[in-house]
Amino acid sequence: MSGISRRRFLAASAAGCVATTFAGSKKALAAGTFGGYPEGMGVLVDITRCVGCRTCEAACNKEQNLPDPERPFDDMSVFDEIHHGQQRRTNEKAYTVINRYEPTGSDQKVYRKVQCNHCAEPACLSSCFVNAYKKTDEGAVIYNDKVCVGCRNCMVACPFNIPAYSYSSAFDPIIKKCVFCYDTRLKEGRPPACVESCPQQVMTFGKRDDLIKIANQRIRNNPDLYVDHIYGEHEMGGTHWMYLSGVPFDELAFNMHLSNEPILNNVKDFLGTVPMVLAIWPALFTGFHLLATNKKNGHGHEEEESKHNDEGGDQ
Amino acid sequence: MKNWNAATMNLLVLVLLFGLAGFAGATDMPETVVLDTLGELYEPVEFDHTLHTELGEDCSICHHHTTGTGPESANCARCHADSPESEVVACSDCHEAEPFAAGVLQAKAEDRMRYHKDKPGLKAVYHLSCMGCHEAWGAPVGCQECHARTPAGDDYYHADAKGDAVTH
Repeated sequence: MSGISRRRFLAASAAGCVATTFAGSKKALAAGTFGGYPEGMGVLVDITRCVGCRTCEAACNKEQNLPDPERPFDDMSVFDEIHHGQQRRTNEKAYTVINRYEPTGSDQKVYRKVQCNHCAEPACLSSCFVNAYKKTDEGAVIYNDKVCVGCRNCMVACPFNIPAYSYSSAFDPIIKKCVFCYDTRLKEGRPPACVESCPQQVMTFGKRDDLIKIANQRIRNNPDLYVDHIYGEHEMGGTHWMYLSGVPFDELAFNMHLSNEPILNNVKDFLGTVPMVLAIWPALFTGFHLLATNKKNGHGHEEEESKHNDEGGDQ
Repeated sequence: MKNWNAATMNLLVLVLLFGLAGFAGATDMPETVVLDTLGELYEPVEFDHTLHTELGEDCSICHHHTTGTGPESANCARCHADSPESEVVACSDCHEAEPFAAGVLQAKAEDRMRYHKDKPGLKAVYHLSCMGCHEAWGAPVGCQECHARTPAGDDYYHADAKGDAVTH
């Protein structure tokens, strides 16, 4: 009797575990349809307007109290710099840089601003195991440098190669990147320093949804001027900094092979199975074990019991 | 391009003195317009308005439809083809010095019928207007060719930095 009831108990608890796990994964899937931050702010970067004056770099340097630059911000020779076969990228001393391109079939030089694109569902955040990153309701992807342990997972995860590392710090190297001027400006509703400094208003600051409307209107009003694409509207699940260009984006070293799914989606399915493994496997295999050993022990027990009874009967 | 970098920073309070003398038409147009207070980074610009009116074939190149000449852009003409001369023609009368101030964004958001939601700020309209023509005409495009930088501007751009190329 006791053997059967134990079996039932185990079967019931295993079924319970399965039910709980599937209920859990259903909830996780629902979270996957996350619709972004409708009230979040963003910036539309209109590359056709940029003249490569680097004023935004100077503004960023001042606003973020970054170290003095090696060369003045009005020194245009930096556009010729090549590091490891590539043009300049963001680093611990510069959270934004302008690079110059000469697209094929065009005698015009084109300048592209690089900074954090502030993804709606950031890969850096997903990859950070100490939870240093945070996506704010205002749209910024910020990080807590007190928590950062300098593992550089986010540098690997970022599809735009943005987070930089303070290699110069021997004892406490951490990640450094553009924070949308969150602490000093964005949370008060003000545009970031680079946006405000730009003489050509290359950057338009506003709600992300409004910026997409503005971008579409610019393309519609000037179809000959723009490529019919808003880079960042869908890339990687959408970014809060987006771009308009007059030349194909791949001519400006934009990564055109990115999925429209956030990086998190690549691991969501896998991560969904982790609680299932943790919750079901112990119960399931304990159950198997108990069932297997119970059968054996049960027989032995019964035999022993009957033997005992027989012996008792004899007495 | 060497000097263009010095492009107007903090042109926020930039004020065209158009209209201050109360002119309303082409006959009253100013000879010189002082583009004032380029923040603390640049000296004021003395814009030779007379010279530019002689160069430009049509006031609407800069003034859209406000001078009664009809807009250049076909898109603008859809509404403003027959717009009369405006009371005010100064850039600063329509273009905000701080286009992304919370109040400006709020007003645009609340007025759902408004068409001009993508209107550039004052600093931008000067540069966007000037640069295109200046490049096409071979006129100066370097920042300090139009407005001299102040000592504060030199600090801002770290003009004294004389290091080698960044290596990392």
